Amino acid sequence: MRFTPHTPEDRAAMLAALGLGSVDELFAVIPEPLRARSWDLPPGMSEPEVSQYLAKLAGLNAQNLVCFLGGGFYDHHIPAAVDALISRGEFYTAYTPYQAEMSQGILQSIFEYQSAVCRLTGLDAANASLYDGGTALYEAAMMAVRKTKRKKLIVCTSVSPIYRIMLRSYTINLHLELIEADVSDPAALEKLLDQDTAGLILQNPDFFGVLHDYAPHFEAVHGVKGLGILGCNPIALAVAKTPAQMGADIAVGEGQPLGLPLSFGGPYLGFMAVREALLRTMPGRIVGRTHDGQGRTGYCLTLQTREQHIRREKATSNICSNEALCALAAVIFLGLMGKQGLVELAELNMTQAAYARERLTAIDGVEPVDQGPWFNEFRVRLPIDARVAVSRMIDKGIAAGFPLGRYYPDQSNNLLVAVTEKRSKEEIGYLAEGLEAVL
Amino acid sequence: MKTIFEMSRPGRRAASLPCSRVDERFCQMSQLPPELRRSEPAELPEVAEIDLVRHYTRLSRINFGVDVGTYPLGSCTMKYNPKFTEVAARLPGFAGLHPLLPQLRRGGLLAQGALRVIYELEQLLKQITGMDAFTMQPLAGAHGELTGIMLMAAYHNDKGNQKSLVLVPDSAHGTNPASAAIAGYQVVTVPSKNGVMDPTAFKEMLNDQVAGVMMTNPNTVGLFNPYIAEIAEAAHRADALMYYDGANLNAIMGYAKPADLGFDIVHLNLHKTFGTPHGGGGPGAGPVGVVERLQDYLPISRVDMRGDGTLFLDYDHPKSIGYVAPFYGNFGVCLKAFAYILALGGEGLKEVSQDAVLAANYLRVKLGDKWQVAFDRPCMHEVVFSAEDKVAQHGVSALDVAKALIDEGFHPPTIYFPLVVKEAMMLEPTETEALENLDALVAAMGRIADKAAADPEALHAAPITTPVGRLDEVNAARHPVLQEPLEA
Repeated sequence: MRFTPHTPEDRAAMLAALGLGSVDELFAVIPEPLRARSWDLPPGMSEPEVSQYLAKLAGLNAQNLVCFLGGGFYDHHIPAAVDALISRGEFYTAYTPYQAEMSQGILQSIFEYQSAVCRLTGLDAANASLYDGGTALYEAAMMAVRKTKRKKLIVCTSVSPIYRIMLRSYTINLHLELIEADVSDPAALEKLLDQDTAGLILQNPDFFGVLHDYAPHFEAVHGVKGLGILGCNPIALAVAKTPAQMGADIAVGEGQPLGLPLSFGGPYLGFMAVREALLRTMPGRIVGRTHDGQGRTGYCLTLQTREQHIRREKATSNICSNEALCALAAVIFLGLMGKQGLVELAELNMTQAAYARERLTAIDGVEPVDQGPWFNEFRVRLPIDARVAVSRMIDKGIAAGFPLGRYYPDQSNNLLVAVTEKRSKEEIGYLAEGLEAVL
Repeated sequence: MKTIFEMSRPGRRAASLPCSRVDERFCQMSQLPPELRRSEPAELPEVAEIDLVRHYTRLSRINFGVDVGTYPLGSCTMKYNPKFTEVAARLPGFAGLHPLLPQLRRGGLLAQGALRVIYELEQLLKQITGMDAFTMQPLAGAHGELTGIMLMAAYHNDKGNQKSLVLVPDSAHGTNPASAAIAGYQVVTVPSKNGVMDPTAFKEMLNDQVAGVMMTNPNTVGLFNPYIAEIAEAAHRADALMYYDGANLNAIMGYAKPADLGFDIVHLNLHKTFGTPHGGGGPGAGPVGVVERLQDYLPISRVDMRGDGTLFLDYDHPKSIGYVAPFYGNFGVCLKAFAYILALGGEGLKEVSQDAVLAANYLRVKLGDKWQVAFDRPCMHEVVFSAEDKVAQHGVSALDVAKALIDEGFHPPTIYFPLVVKEAMMLEPTETEALENLDALVAAMGRIADKAAADPEALHAAPITTPVGRLDEVNAARHPVLQEPLEA
């Protein structure tokens, strides 16, 4: 299959205009010894052939498991209007809106997205998106380092272990001190805070689904003039105390729950919101509202002197492409849910999880681990290795949850179970009955 | 146009949620204690679905994409994005796949199809670039650059090398110096000569402090650096690594491979070269490939094959730099690029580069009558013009030209970049613009050149056909309004 429109006559006409006999002459600048010695790629295929091959590969994935997997990535319902709207070619096939006058559609939608993120977090300014929740957390950590000119970052062990590995990977050469400790108890935190503390990183709900009030923690970090960073689940923000109310300076999170498919890990959406004072150290694109010469309202990329295409090695971040289409999906999702709908969605998730928790902890030998309150995810302690239990549950057609032993070696019997609005009472029943049978 | 927030009417709604699916008494368990609860609901819009659909449909209609018209935005490779790849990415077996599934026991067997996509795409990218191994984790081009520099650091650390500098030519994308800097290196800029990085200046600046050099070849001026072998040899003698920014790979497929040019690390922009949609500024995907001596440092996990032909995620690479993304990269984007490569095949990809280079040179020659080409010799897939003469003669800048092109129905070229050309206008037509579209662009540029002489004021006023004219960007930056203000 080819997508080049040129006929042999078109090519001949273009070559003639160049005074060339063959297209190969255009590549004469590549020295002969450097030319490709092989080009061992398969022949092209037609659209039906590729489509059938990919459908076959898709069929090799276990797509019919009932999903109780979470860990920061959730099987929520995506309203049909999300995909219908983001699939409009005018959005889909555009690039970064450098030419504002012909890009008002994407610019205004990003402005609306920024507004929604501010309203969810209670903070003053949001950027146009980052790659994902993990890179957003890393960018937030680096903002704290830059802003405070300090070297020490304290990360609670109840922050996603996946994101903590990312933080370690990104900071290993930067001569920073990355302290991972359980600082859920403010007293434990106090012992670690000092004049070199750049930031404190917490997560709400934490990786185990438990909701917290971190106001005392952020007050403590402000006491040493460090910054407070909070990782958030955007749907939980509909009901949970906001990052602003808790005193966080930067809120970040994974936007996948807002209308993005799980899609085996991406594309996802990192969101970020900050207090006013941090605006000019924020990474990524930002859209602002302004006006044209005739006083008409319009939108443009703004505060670009932070960015790599202007500041090069002095930029606040290297980011160029972000996740604009995912941000569009998120603002459409939030608009469809609306003010009341998002609250109801959050509460429905909590209700479903509460029911599942009661069903599972009623099983002989299955114990609750936390006191709660929880959002849509919780951990239970099984009488056997959770990996074994999960493996047996797969034979019953259920992805029963995430065995925590992989990231927390002392928790090999603990299972992390997520329950969204998509799970029916019957499915939760299968989970409980199945688990009882395999233990 | 009103924002979605301004359209809000209390009580209106679009959400369709199941009623509580479980016993009523559990609903009480969703009531949080006051200290954990937000005081007021977030002021999200209250709209009906039809209002929302019309709103975003209207917004789409004041946005310009490749599906609307010619988009010769240099360095961004705005080629046609085939539609069938979208269908593939939405297959429930891919779109619904939870990324943690393979981490369950025997889990790799639950995602064999997805792992197969990653594995086969890796084999194809290896063949296209000559590299020995790839990671799909980087989530965009600049993210690939950062990953590449982290790999560079891991290599030098492992060897006990103490190096602190990364060399970057003055024509580089801004992301190159930014990536090197945030990875902890000091950036040194190498000057260009005749449009390409000067090998003599490069060698003078090379010393044992240099960890690596980041190059784009062909570079952002659209020129292939013929001294590349000499540059790579000198770099390797100093144990500096050669980094290839794959932004311009669309120019050389089938003709040259980064590995053969002496590069050790490459990132590819799948959204550029392999036709996945740019989405208004992402998502992209920036896989990174390396030569054999660097593969131990690649991020984990890596997809590997067992003796029985099944695939698994291999985390057992003790020298790995770790995770640069939570999972396996922007899988949905990788999947579309995979579909694109399968569809075109080897000959199709080579034809892509031929047609892309042919189209750029056609513009170079056809526009040469009325516009000053920055470097008057054959280019690769993009060509840079300068409006410097128009500024001097008529007071018409590259910005004016860009805005006038909007009125002509085209997306403008990249302007004021690369920095090495004054009043730069960088055109990349790509292989998917038909000859008549190229001719129409040439004609439009011709009219603009004529108007620059005859009526420069008209060009200062452009664009006039858009919903808004030139925006007050100074005001936007001085008095930032970054969200819809909440009603008091």
